[in-house]
Amino acid sequence: MSRAHPRPIAGGAGGATEAAHLATLPRDATAMGPLARLLEDERVLGFLLLVPTVVLLGLFIAYPFVKGVWLSLTSATVGNPGEFLGLSNYVKIWNDSIFQRAAYNTFVYTAIATVGKLTLGMWLAILLNRHFRGKRLVRASMLLPFIVPTVLSTFAWKWMFDPTFSVLNWSLYHFGFIQTRIGWLTDPVMALGSVILVNIWRGMPFYAITLLAGLQTVNPELHEAAALDGATAWQRFWRITWPLLLPVTMVVTLFSVIQTFADFQLVYVLTGGGPANATHLFATYAYQIGINTGLLGEGAAVSLAMFPILFIIVVIQLWYIRRVEGA
Amino acid sequence: MDAESLNRRKFMTISGAAAAAATVGIEGILAARQAPAHAQGTKLHLLRWNDFVPAADEVLLKQMPEASKALGAEVTLERINANDLQARITAAISSGSGPDIIHVLKNWPHLYEKSLADVSDVAEATGKAQGGFYPAMTELCKVGSSWRAVPHAIVGGQIAYRKSLFEEVGAKEFPKTWQQYREVGKKLKAKGYPIGQTAGHTFGDAPVFWYSFMWAWGGKEVEKDARTVAINSKETVESVKFAVGFWKDACDEGGLAWDDSNNNRAFLSGTISATINGASIYVESLRNKEKYKTEKGALMHTDILHAPNPAGPAGVFHLHAPFSHAVMGYSKNQKLAKDFLRWLHGKEQFEAWFVAQKGFSVGSTTDWEKHKMWDLDPVMLPYRTAARAFRLYGYAGPPGRAASEVESKYIITDMYAKAIQGMKPEDSVKWAESELKKIYA
Repeated sequence: MSRAHPRPIAGGAGGATEAAHLATLPRDATAMGPLARLLEDERVLGFLLLVPTVVLLGLFIAYPFVKGVWLSLTSATVGNPGEFLGLSNYVKIWNDSIFQRAAYNTFVYTAIATVGKLTLGMWLAILLNRHFRGKRLVRASMLLPFIVPTVLSTFAWKWMFDPTFSVLNWSLYHFGFIQTRIGWLTDPVMALGSVILVNIWRGMPFYAITLLAGLQTVNPELHEAAALDGATAWQRFWRITWPLLLPVTMVVTLFSVIQTFADFQLVYVLTGGGPANATHLFATYAYQIGINTGLLGEGAAVSLAMFPILFIIVVIQLWYIRRVEGA
Repeated sequence: MDAESLNRRKFMTISGAAAAAATVGIEGILAARQAPAHAQGTKLHLLRWNDFVPAADEVLLKQMPEASKALGAEVTLERINANDLQARITAAISSGSGPDIIHVLKNWPHLYEKSLADVSDVAEATGKAQGGFYPAMTELCKVGSSWRAVPHAIVGGQIAYRKSLFEEVGAKEFPKTWQQYREVGKKLKAKGYPIGQTAGHTFGDAPVFWYSFMWAWGGKEVEKDARTVAINSKETVESVKFAVGFWKDACDEGGLAWDDSNNNRAFLSGTISATINGASIYVESLRNKEKYKTEKGALMHTDILHAPNPAGPAGVFHLHAPFSHAVMGYSKNQKLAKDFLRWLHGKEQFEAWFVAQKGFSVGSTTDWEKHKMWDLDPVMLPYRTAARAFRLYGYAGPPGRAASEVESKYIITDMYAKAIQGMKPEDSVKWAESELKKIYA
């Protein structure tokens, strides 16, 4: 049977009092109160410590998710709980050309933006890992796109892409690069490209700062030894940096894929999904159907349609991370 | 008043006041010079959009304490961006709590019908006292046999155009037909002043322009039965073909990505010559006279005129922006909310707000066409009777949930946008037809 842990005895004038008090404390668990005895059991204590987390996860993650799944199986509209429909909403959206377009856009958006953010983030991290004057200032300022609220920075981009007053077009024209204005948000392909560009700009610092943290754990002696053996810069990156950085890269990519796949604010502010649905993503289309049309069931189905895909991506990435870490 | 002093005579006086309030509304309250007993200490929360005319919001803010005094309850006004109203309504209805009265746009009374209180008594009394509502407002707010919102005002859509630029290309008056408008627009675009119009995903100007455009050719979403999709017609295809040419010949092609504010900025900075608008361009040019000037240095507001849409083969039609007030079904203060709406929509209160609008919003009843405010500024006169040519989403069917889905998915706007981007007009109409069939099925 375990014993109660004695309290430390304070020195000085109060020491004698503490010692006297200690003498009165129970010597074993049989003399403890029922609550204290219960907390002595590690299984009970562990469960109690987990309760706040479980409650928070249940309230803010599990309940909305289950509620969302239920809604997607019903004909619920705003103010009307609706009836159970089974998979009808999913069948309906599967045959919906706007949904098909949104699904295509979401994949293209996520794939290109993720590769772009990873490539540029890695490049930036390697640059920032070098010693140069003003390094701290540059590192801090690099985080700005990530710190500024997305809505605000997207409004700034909206101005830069403005069909009439675009500062980008103005600059390109005055430097002689273009003769007619570029339709950043008017041409369907350019519009999707533009929202991807903004996403890369916003998300790149997250990659860079995380990969930079990873780079700083790589022992410089490895690079020095490789350099002495005549390895080129590319060989040092590919044979030393990349393998050692892979676990961090996989984790940061995992987070990024989830965030990019479910992106909403950027497209909502920049294009509203237009022109002619050229930039609609799962999230913006779900909002349009669920909130603007009041079809909560169908909106939930659009929103949850991304879940199985995300689930598979996450499982593959987690499996790969465990494999890399175990190797 | 303590219990001892509450004798039978005083109790009868207060009860009488409450009874008067219950039966004849705010007039009863005012006549009795006593706030109704049921409302003492309660709060009433009104949620509205941020008005494009700040002076009108100022009037409302001043009216709230007056209403509080008259009703014996604290009336508060909250204002948010119009784009955020539906998210707030959805959250409020789903949680069963929130504002007692919400400003509803478009055909939302149909969309949220089951969650809104019956306000037939207020709406019918208001309409009767003020010359009757425009038919479109009745159709929007009366769902079945009961009113689910009280019509408040209409932001009319008219074409704002630059008088001097039109005159320079030989148009002494605004073109009467779409064909004439295209020819004038072609000349204007050649001079560097195209017509500016959005074909993007934006909730105001895009449907206001493209629905009206389709109707002018005789196109329609659905038949009266609200089941038979009728969009794939010769008339609609013709309208799409015309739109493609009109866009190329006369419009600023950046309009595909415009939101509701782009045309205002483009017009006031002098890069376009005309655009459909709810008079906010003119209102802004009056508010900051020295800030906005023409290329010749004249004050911009002196060069702005308004005109209704040109006529197509089927006539002249407009989709305006209607606004109403709905009492929420979850509200515990529905009686108080209706008393407040009687007061707010009453002639005296509405007049103060209406005058501050200077024609940007017009009344929802016909009497307001006769108001002397219209004598103040001839530039605003086209808005006076704008609501007479008011057709609704979902025409020729009712403005119900299916019409909302078509509108919120921008199917009509995108039908034109796709053709403008290069899709064959027949194919873009077929695409719209297939989407509409799924919605109206």
